[in-house]
Amino acid sequence: MKRVIGVVSLAVAAGLSGLAEAQVLKSVRDRGALHCGVSQGLPGFSNPDDKGNWTGFDVDFCRAIAAAIFNDPTKVKFTPLSAGDRFEPLRSGQIDVLSRNTTWTSSRDALFNFVGVTYYDGQGFMVRKALKVNSALELNGASVCAQTGTTTELNLADYFRANNMKYEVVAFGTADETIKAYESGRCDAFTTDVSQLFAEKLKLSNASDHVILPEVISKEPLGPLVRHGDDQWFDLVKWVHFAMLNAEELGVSSKTLDEALKAKQPEIRRMLGLEGSHGEQLGMTRDWVVRIVRHVGNYGEVFERNVGTSSKLGISRGLNRLWTKGGIQYAPPIR
Amino acid sequence: MTKTAFYNKPRFRSAVYQLAVLAVVVWLAIEFAINARVNLEAQNVRFGIGFLDDPAGFGISQALISYSEQDTYRRVFFVGLLNTLLVSVLGIVFATFLGFVIGLGRLSPNWLLARLAGGYVELLRNLPLLFQILFWYLAVLLAMPGPRQSIAIGLQPILRSIADGLALVESSGAAGAVAQWLRSLAEWAGSPSMFLNNRGMFVPRAVFADGSGLVAAAFVVAILAVVGLRRWARRRQDATGVRFPVLWTSLALLVGLPAIATLAVGSPVSFEAPELRGFNFVGGLRVIPEFTALLIALSTYTAAFIAEVVRAGILAVPKGQSEAAMALGLRRGTALRLIVIPQALRVMIPPMTNQYLNLTKNSTLAVAIGYPDLVAVFAGTTRIQTHQAIEIVAITMAVYLAISLATSFAMNLYNARTRFGER
Ligand SMILES: N[C@@H](CCC(=O)N[C@@H](CS)C(=O)NCC(=O)O)C(=O)O
Repeated sequence: MKRVIGVVSLAVAAGLSGLAEAQVLKSVRDRGALHCGVSQGLPGFSNPDDKGNWTGFDVDFCRAIAAAIFNDPTKVKFTPLSAGDRFEPLRSGQIDVLSRNTTWTSSRDALFNFVGVTYYDGQGFMVRKALKVNSALELNGASVCAQTGTTTELNLADYFRANNMKYEVVAFGTADETIKAYESGRCDAFTTDVSQLFAEKLKLSNASDHVILPEVISKEPLGPLVRHGDDQWFDLVKWVHFAMLNAEELGVSSKTLDEALKAKQPEIRRMLGLEGSHGEQLGMTRDWVVRIVRHVGNYGEVFERNVGTSSKLGISRGLNRLWTKGGIQYAPPIR
Repeated sequence: MTKTAFYNKPRFRSAVYQLAVLAVVVWLAIEFAINARVNLEAQNVRFGIGFLDDPAGFGISQALISYSEQDTYRRVFFVGLLNTLLVSVLGIVFATFLGFVIGLGRLSPNWLLARLAGGYVELLRNLPLLFQILFWYLAVLLAMPGPRQSIAIGLQPILRSIADGLALVESSGAAGAVAQWLRSLAEWAGSPSMFLNNRGMFVPRAVFADGSGLVAAAFVVAILAVVGLRRWARRRQDATGVRFPVLWTSLALLVGLPAIATLAVGSPVSFEAPELRGFNFVGGLRVIPEFTALLIALSTYTAAFIAEVVRAGILAVPKGQSEAAMALGLRRGTALRLIVIPQALRVMIPPMTNQYLNLTKNSTLAVAIGYPDLVAVFAGTTRIQTHQAIEIVAITMAVYLAISLATSFAMNLYNARTRFGER
């Protein structure tokens, strides 16, 4: 039903409205809240806590945008969306940004603007240890549970075809349905992006009975996206991401922020708005990065807190280390 | 009498108004479509159904026509449509049968039977359908053992377990001897070729070799013969009152003719049994648990409503009718079949149509358990992968509308046939 409403409102919006005007920032300011689409409950990425507050890596990205605009990370209205229902709300203007482990692909980029890659990922498999399978190449003839409407089901088909293996895919609409079916034994393997394998594993009653296989079968650059047609908004959201990376690179964290405000290093002074008016050029205030780092933290802090080795998920940074530390996270300079 | 000007005639007026309304509706629709197209193009979304020829790229767990990932979205549409029709048609058949049994049971003079039927209706129709589907899927079918511990269905395991039971009671003596005999019988029965596990139900599949045509032809001839026989028997009974054992003769024809043909051409039909290989059973015919769960839930749920329709229909027939039938010396069952039900059908068909339409529409809950119906694979997966939301939702709605109209049409035809000549 929700889906039908989504599509109908999309159709109505397309049929009745004039061209969507490039004014997302203004309407966000006017309504006093950012509308952000996230997933429906993925520990570490977007998950409501006991009090109903949304937490997680994807959630924090929206909080950072709100911090930059309102100096208040709580001014966000989160809309949980399944994989299948995530794009129409963005197209129809129901949400301003979609921050929901969404893979940047050419066909999606043709319709939306991806602001960058907040998490470099790839697709993997989880199986029961009891199966004694050590490699994805041993999965010939297996039943695999996957979520529909994802790049996951497409990569799965490609991988088995390329390796001349047979498989059966059982596709569900939500993450909970998928993992439940896998746990009940309907499938031999569960497949999704590796980061989500870690997250979903936490939902299993006996997590230690399951292992994640070593193969990574695809490129899954995950990032937030916005609608076409509003360059100002696109730039703003993009630079919130870059600001968090630059802050980490320059050693500015929520803990060192007050010291950093006294720093002499020109790059730091520019970033924190002590010199120049870079925030204003992007439609924000001069101290935009200060706001982001104070309320949410830099990229590394957000990663560690939500999904890193000290969190429940325990994912190592890997590709998501800064380029200066052997990873591929790299942001253009603020100047 | 003054002549009214033509533009004051009610018929003319109403025609004008209707035309005006129609014109406005058409104009709005065209305006809407053009505007949608312009806006979507501005957002770089293509408009139209050209995407149907693109390769889909994803797998589907159940397809009645051959399907692979390289096939087009058009093929996905048909795969989904057939899956929807399969579960709906079978669901309607089962629900009708079960509904009749329960509806009649509820009216039965047998107190226990009536209460059981009443309990069934109250329980099933008051629990949300989605809940029932999930129950059958997660709590029943996925609770089956895994492929390696599959439940084998067949004579052999049954005989063996009886033998084991007997041997427990008394290992020597008469029971022991019977157990021994049962064991050898089990050996003779051969290993079972039907299996049940959390991946579904696996049964042997008929493989047709040369000469199968003759067997099929024999079957068709048998069916025609049965139809003819029934007509002849009825006519003879109407004329002379002499009855003919139609049921037994029909069964003999239906089984006998194909059997003779099979022997004549030397068993052209063989069976391929499923066997455990690797992760699961391969070969044979497989019924996936998503299908079974949906079918059971839809049939049992709808049967509760149909039972009430049947009960209402029968109670609507004046009591005098069955009393008159009894007075003529008809047995209860015969009176029901020949006198009451034909009259009850008149009342039952319109609400029955509603139930059939509901069942078909309720089958879209398939998404929740991963059954690949039209909504799951077309309005779901295809819509997301192609981003052609407006076209796909429009097509899907049109398909459900068409299925519903076809069902109503068929039921109306039937309704017209069951109507008595007005007396
Ligand atoms: N990155 C892939 C897959 C994203 C995805 O939806 N993954 C699932 C797999 S667990 C998920 O996050 N589900 C959470 C939900 O539906 O709320 C894509 O963009 O298509």
